[in-house]
Amino acid sequence: MATRIKFQLNLDELKERLLMMAGMAEQAIQRSIEAYRTRDLSICELVFRSEPAINRLEREIDQLALDLLAMEQPMAIDLRFILSVIRINADLERVGDQAVNIAVRVREMGAFANIDLPVDIPRLASLSSAMVRKALQGFIEANAELAQSVLAMDDQVDEMNDAAFTALSSLIREKPELTPQCLNALIIARNLERVGDHATNIAEDVIFWVRGADVRHKSSVA
Amino acid sequence: MGVGIDVEHLNAWYGSTHTLQDINLNIPANHATALIGPSGCGKSTFVRCLNRMHETNPIARATGVVKMGEVDIYMDASPVEIRRRVGMVFQRPNPFPTMSIYDNVASGLKLNGFRNKAILDETVERSLKAAALWEEVKDDLKKKSGASLSGGQQQRMCIARALAVDPEVLLMDEPASALDPVSTSKIEDLIFQLKSQYTIVIVTHNMQQAARVAENTGFFLNGKMVEFSSTDMIFTNPKDKRTEDYITGRFG
Repeated sequence: MATRIKFQLNLDELKERLLMMAGMAEQAIQRSIEAYRTRDLSICELVFRSEPAINRLEREIDQLALDLLAMEQPMAIDLRFILSVIRINADLERVGDQAVNIAVRVREMGAFANIDLPVDIPRLASLSSAMVRKALQGFIEANAELAQSVLAMDDQVDEMNDAAFTALSSLIREKPELTPQCLNALIIARNLERVGDHATNIAEDVIFWVRGADVRHKSSVA
Repeated sequence: MGVGIDVEHLNAWYGSTHTLQDINLNIPANHATALIGPSGCGKSTFVRCLNRMHETNPIARATGVVKMGEVDIYMDASPVEIRRRVGMVFQRPNPFPTMSIYDNVASGLKLNGFRNKAILDETVERSLKAAALWEEVKDDLKKKSGASLSGGQQQRMCIARALAVDPEVLLMDEPASALDPVSTSKIEDLIFQLKSQYTIVIVTHNMQQAARVAENTGFFLNGKMVEFSSTDMIFTNPKDKRTEDYITGRFG
């Protein structure tokens, strides 16, 4: 016999809303990178316009989670789930912020000539977005192994970001007139590296929810 | 001071019903230990085995070892002696209705032959203070009957009565289940304060209460101890699926 039906329905709703939040944050990142690739400022506008909706949904999810903590006094895996949702929610909101930051940089780059830079922003974006998607797939499936595989991907994103820093710094020294474009690209690479960090956080929260193990900061406390 | 309790291979029966099955457990001294589980799981029987109350039922029996410190309570001590060392508080306060507050608290000592008024006065005051009731009743000690107090006050008076005989262990069988939230909170505060001097074992159906008051928690199911661990582990990351199903309310 099913028990705590209302609570279970509320948990389902919480999950559904978080996935909606995830969809919005992912879309914002994709749009910001599309804006970078095409230098289409109208796409930047779409990113800016999506931010209030993401922020609103963040508050709604937090409120629902708070209500469930207060009214249902969840325990064990339910408690870990709600705690994870609260944390993932904050990380997704920050992913949305990174998309806005990228769109701001793209808009600034519009004032300068579009030149080839020694950094593959779309590839970096593809990798960090893949991390987010995989971490969220782990959340959807309650799959800690899948979430675990995200953690290893972060090193690759960090390496690409470091390589971008080295290459763009050299270019600034060689051609100081390209400094504005190089700095904007550097910041975008850094924003995408942060997206990877948020994906790592999300993956760690999935592991915490499913296994009850705290693997943050390379610790493993079960 | 409290004393640790070691339980080894404890089995208990009511008639032919095997109500406790091979319980092994170490209850640390001066800690609060909570026992949770559905009705009929054996947790109340278990605490009644800790002060030999279980055997007061003619069809009941128990086997195994229960040690309080170095004393095997079934081999080395009489039931009377054990019940002096182990105080008990029940679900519903059970004051002696015709007795004053003073006599209720002093009753255990008087039964044990204490007649010295100064010692009785001192013990009643100390016990009522320890039970956080002194300030509320000190002017009516001999004027009011124990039964005239509110439910929460009666329960604290019963705790004072249990403390008056200077036990080492305090067993509490759902001590706050009949009380309102304010009285419940007072009992929980009391448990927090008392465990520095006594070993406390509390049976409760209220899992938030177990989480609030106890350092360790045991989960009973169908006469067996399914899981015993630190309270934070039991309520955040239990190891046994049955524990998780129970505390998340998914039994059914």
